[in-house]
Amino acid sequence: MVDQTHAPASEAPEAPAVAPMNMIQALNSAIDVKMAEDPNVLSFGEDAGYFGGVFRVTDKLQEKHGLTRSFDAPISECGIVAAAIGMGAYGIRPVVEIQFADYIYPAYDQIVSEAAKMRYRSGGQFTSPITIRSPYGGGIFGGQTHSQSPEALFTHIAGLKVVIPSNPYDAKGLLTAAIEDDDPVVFFEPKRLYNGPFDGWHQNPVSPWKTQELAQVPTGKYSIPLGKARVMREGNDVTVLAYGSMVWVSLAGADHAGVDAEVIDLRSLVPLDIETIEASVKKTGRCVIVHEAPKTSGYGGELSALVQERCFYHLEAPVTRVAGWDTPYPHAFEWEYFPGPQRVSDALKSVMAGGR
Amino acid sequence: MTRNTKPLSLRVPEPSGRPGDTPDFSHLKLDVAGAVDRPPVDARPVQMLDLAFRLVRVLDDEGTAVGPWNPRLDAETLKKGLKAMILTRAFDDRMHRAHRQGKTSFYMKCTGEEAIAVAQGMILSREDMGFPTYRQQGLLIARGYPLVEMMNQIYSNASDPIKGRQLPIMYSAKDYGFFTISGNLGTQVPQAVGWAMASAYKGDDKIAISWIGDGATAEGDFHNALTFAAVYRAPVILNVVNNQWAISSFQGIAGGMETTFASKAIGYGLPALRVDGNDFLAVWAATQWAEERARSNQGATVIELFTYRGAPHSTSDDPSRYRPGDEHEKWPLGDPIVRLKQHLIALGEWSDEQQAEAEADAVEQVRAAGKASEAIGTLGQSRPSVKTMFEDVFATDDWRLTEQRREVGV
Repeated sequence: MVDQTHAPASEAPEAPAVAPMNMIQALNSAIDVKMAEDPNVLSFGEDAGYFGGVFRVTDKLQEKHGLTRSFDAPISECGIVAAAIGMGAYGIRPVVEIQFADYIYPAYDQIVSEAAKMRYRSGGQFTSPITIRSPYGGGIFGGQTHSQSPEALFTHIAGLKVVIPSNPYDAKGLLTAAIEDDDPVVFFEPKRLYNGPFDGWHQNPVSPWKTQELAQVPTGKYSIPLGKARVMREGNDVTVLAYGSMVWVSLAGADHAGVDAEVIDLRSLVPLDIETIEASVKKTGRCVIVHEAPKTSGYGGELSALVQERCFYHLEAPVTRVAGWDTPYPHAFEWEYFPGPQRVSDALKSVMAGGR
Repeated sequence: MTRNTKPLSLRVPEPSGRPGDTPDFSHLKLDVAGAVDRPPVDARPVQMLDLAFRLVRVLDDEGTAVGPWNPRLDAETLKKGLKAMILTRAFDDRMHRAHRQGKTSFYMKCTGEEAIAVAQGMILSREDMGFPTYRQQGLLIARGYPLVEMMNQIYSNASDPIKGRQLPIMYSAKDYGFFTISGNLGTQVPQAVGWAMASAYKGDDKIAISWIGDGATAEGDFHNALTFAAVYRAPVILNVVNNQWAISSFQGIAGGMETTFASKAIGYGLPALRVDGNDFLAVWAATQWAEERARSNQGATVIELFTYRGAPHSTSDDPSRYRPGDEHEKWPLGDPIVRLKQHLIALGEWSDEQQAEAEADAVEQVRAAGKASEAIGTLGQSRPSVKTMFEDVFATDDWRLTEQRREVGV
């Protein structure tokens, strides 16, 4: 399953080429390797310096690279992003952390009106090569302000790239590509997957990443180009489009339904790998889209429209969405809110039966 | 729990005059020229708190430069500044007329505020980065940016340097130290701080300078910028151009009745200067002081430039609906061009004839540039290829943009 095409050609002889990592370690490694390689890469955010972030993604970067390269920022998401934009205009490549995606809204104007539009509005004179990292999504009993999935708010914005990994190997490769990208990238980290894959059966114990093939992460530098989806499982009967933690929920849902589903991890929403999606749906003739953000105006709506526009005459059932409900994120009802394998399984069975 | 003895009442600040009223500036506390001390550049902010409430002025009513802030500029520099201000005003007048003639959709004059961008543009290097708002056209003009290019941008014509994508007057000129202007007010101020932080991180010697209006100081961006500037000791000059009016809202609505805008720096531990923005020499001196602080790694300075927006907010505004019609003429700090001219005459370096000549020359320069730009085309008569509409969204186009461009047929 590991995509070897982007593996590094060679490694330093004394360093192990590959090490087991969870997503936190893989993301840390991506920033660490980039900081070692490029003095223009800086990392900052609330608690992101000395302490290494509340999820420890930036752990020890200050110790390794110095106080002026990995530092704490005031609790001012807007200020963090704005400072990053100014640095980016100077020629620096800042990687900033917004502690939870729910806190990204104070920075929204700077991301949407400023970073996203910088290249366009200046005729290419100024650019914003910044990466905005943020843990997102539910499944950790975080309540309303520690659980949201705001990706659709950013995919709608011209000039922004939106990337969401689902495993340690991709997390490092995609974050490396995001840092190297000359455009602003909003990089959402599914915090439910930080420590292990999550199959959505909340009564199941969390399995650590180390048992997974995708946790075998090269210690050196590699990148995964943005806009290339990963086919997690090949299948012939239905295409499941998912990203983030929903990739693992979808795999569990397909198992539960006993359906020969092709599960595609989109990996980046903008740019989107339309070719892989189109080829798969034309092959299977059915499509189920899974995301944990609320259904209305979620990214699933866009995916559904694209599939309909491009694959309508190949479809044997209506495109179906499995998503979070259109309510604020409810603390006590997390497992009713969060799409689980059962809902995916029901949707798969429904489209196999020709839809509702 | 206590009970009020009387019902509470809500206060909404009001300016000293409305249409039909006689302008009244008696509430302003204006120091006379030369009255304010000039602290050493390495003074600690706490040692100079009074400067946030005083008014640094150099030119007195007779046009003589007096007091400790006198920058003692040579006549050539003064003349260069005066000519740039005259040219800025001539440019504004022509482009305002061009709007009235339907040649562009929008224009904003900086009448009465010319000293600010011109002086500051002259002091700082093009290597430094200016993060302007929409009334700093004088910066480009003082630095010799081609007037034709400015007009091409205003006309969104085929030679528009930013390819027909921006509202007129929202220039971008990286080589002239002029950052791309945003219509969302205040966003550029924390960006300037970030740029300055990057320069400091790199061990460079470049500094940043930003401008924000009095109204936009109410935006969170301004306060975020002050926090970051103070925390990281960023080498940046943060100007607040208090021109009294945010479209129709007077400066009291942004908090200017309770305190000065300069004093907002105090809570952040930043040095604050309040300066006569219509006094070229005072603006120069204060900026030079702040520049020296920034370049010697002592961090940011907040400068409130006290001035008056003589013209409407934009071509879409009619100030006669909300302020006394002759308020600008009664502004007690006068006109920056007249004051600098008077100073040069007092020095024996200038005359009314030279002034008339300089004004005629400016009109001619603008006329020639106007002809050249209009030959390329005005709004609707000429524009860049529609193909460029789809360019520069990303460094590399993605399939959506390629498909959509084809849909348009370009």
